Amino acid sequence: MSGTMAYSIVTAGDSRSFPAGDAFLSGAAAGADVVVCLGAFHAPGSHRIDDAKTAILLELDTECLGVHTGESAGEEGSNVVGFARYRNGDDAPSGLIELVRQPSTHSSSVEAARVVFEAAGFTVVVCSDQAGRIIDRLVRPKYNAALRFLDEGLASARDMDLTCRLGLGYADGPIERVERGGLARHHEITQALFETYGTPGFAPARRAVVAHRRDQRQTGDKKEK
Amino acid sequence: MSGIIRKVGVCGAGGTMGAGIAIVTARAGFETVCYDLAQPALDAAAKQTAGFFGKSVDRGKMSAGERDAVLARMRATTSLDDLADCDLVIEAVFEDLKTKQQLFAALDPLCAKHTIFASNTSTLSITEIASQCGRQDRVVGMHFCLPAQLMKLIEMSPGMNTSRETFDTAWSFAEAAGQTPVRTQDKPGFILNALLVPFNNDVIRAVEAGVATPADIDAAIKTGLGYRMGPCELLDLIGLDTQLRLCEAFYPVTLDVRSSAPPLLRRMVAAGHLGRKTGRGFYTYDGNAMFGG
Ligand SMILES: NC(=O)c1ccc[n+]([C@@H]2O[C@H](COP(=O)([O-])OP(=O)(O)OC[C@H]3O[C@@H](n4cnc5c(N)ncnc54)[C@H](O)[C@@H]3O)[C@@H](O)[C@H]2O)c1
Repeated sequence: MSGTMAYSIVTAGDSRSFPAGDAFLSGAAAGADVVVCLGAFHAPGSHRIDDAKTAILLELDTECLGVHTGESAGEEGSNVVGFARYRNGDDAPSGLIELVRQPSTHSSSVEAARVVFEAAGFTVVVCSDQAGRIIDRLVRPKYNAALRFLDEGLASARDMDLTCRLGLGYADGPIERVERGGLARHHEITQALFETYGTPGFAPARRAVVAHRRDQRQTGDKKEK
Repeated sequence: MSGIIRKVGVCGAGGTMGAGIAIVTARAGFETVCYDLAQPALDAAAKQTAGFFGKSVDRGKMSAGERDAVLARMRATTSLDDLADCDLVIEAVFEDLKTKQQLFAALDPLCAKHTIFASNTSTLSITEIASQCGRQDRVVGMHFCLPAQLMKLIEMSPGMNTSRETFDTAWSFAEAAGQTPVRTQDKPGFILNALLVPFNNDVIRAVEAGVATPADIDAAIKTGLGYRMGPCELLDLIGLDTQLRLCEAFYPVTLDVRSSAPPLLRRMVAAGHLGRKTGRGFYTYDGNAMFGG
């Protein structure tokens, strides 16, 4: 399938993928066969799933798609496709859309999602419904390792970042990147990964735990006032 | 005060890294002795080096006169004795602890007291390499990147007994050679491989766990993070057998499960899917063209 496909948008609060003013928002048309659900649809059942639509594209944060659709012994799947536009903290969102499918998600729904996002200029990849999708699953353990190396004195933050830029051709190094994206946000993401996988590489690094606790304290202070 | 380096010896100069390191030192104006056990390897490296500088002239990066001067600063030998008057000896021989220890032990009585020995090891401990040579205070880690003649980065690590003066002298040399040194402790994989090897294993495990296809993982990492190469493309380039060797070197020392070889990696190596060099890894290659994932 190629070309274009009309989509409508339903929102529930702010979207991390498409913040206010994003060009994708202005491309929507009412009543289309593909519905893009943006924002915090975190509570299961907080949105109505219409079986008659070609595809319902549901924006995900750190949770799995199954939280919204339910699961059934590895045979789950419907016209609902999860997605997230990759974004490091509050950096500008990237050009990447990760689509999330369940074992029996309709192929026609995945294809419709691909057409909608590719027509809007995004690079689209498809992954199974596992915690962290592709990018967070792969980079968060690396950021954890870099943060631990910093604590253990392996090298300075500057030298670690420089090594990755010069030696591996990365646009930025792991420490500058995870700090820019926010250590408290890193904590939130790794906490969700660690809860699911349980392996040490996903456990939030000490610096992320510190940032998280400080955030909690500040929120507590504000509440007291 | 730091010492002065004028003449540099490169051991294993017929190899991939040694040949590149010799280009770096000679280009920066240091007399360079290219030592290897294998004369054919030295001959092949000399040919490649002449070709490399020939291209530099064609591209206007240096004049023909400068090229001739650089090549005149390089001398190839299979005799260890020719390293006697070097101020710095950089070894890039096989990645084997005994081989490196024996080389430095043989060099110790030959070289002057002030001569510094540097190791380009990727996986071994600088302290262990230095332990048998009788001048532990004058041994330092200098880990160049592939291809050394193009990459600026050098990870520099002092062993437990390396003197401050040795480290500072080697650091100044790296800068004088036009490189960018970074300082790291003598720990497995230093910075680069300590971050990269487990990351690559995580990628292999994600493929094995059916998270996404190699092509989609590569597209995600390149678009989402701006890496120049996808991790599966990179693994195919490095060689899956090399990745397995790196795992076998790091995991027994660190016991970090992320460094342990994923089952899929072992199966790919056993099946001969080593990457570009065998025409098949995560991708299939026909000559240089890549088709499909
Ligand atoms: N290839 C890489 O990507 C890379 C990157 C960074 C560091 N390194 C490190 O550089 C070193 C060399 O790696 P390489 O890939 O260039 O290997 P290589 O096999 O291409 O070259 C090794 C050379 O050393 C010579 N040699 C072996 N034993 C010797 C001895 N006792 N005396 C003199 N010469 C001897 C061999 O004849 C050969 O020419 C290793 O320690 C490796 O870990 C490799």
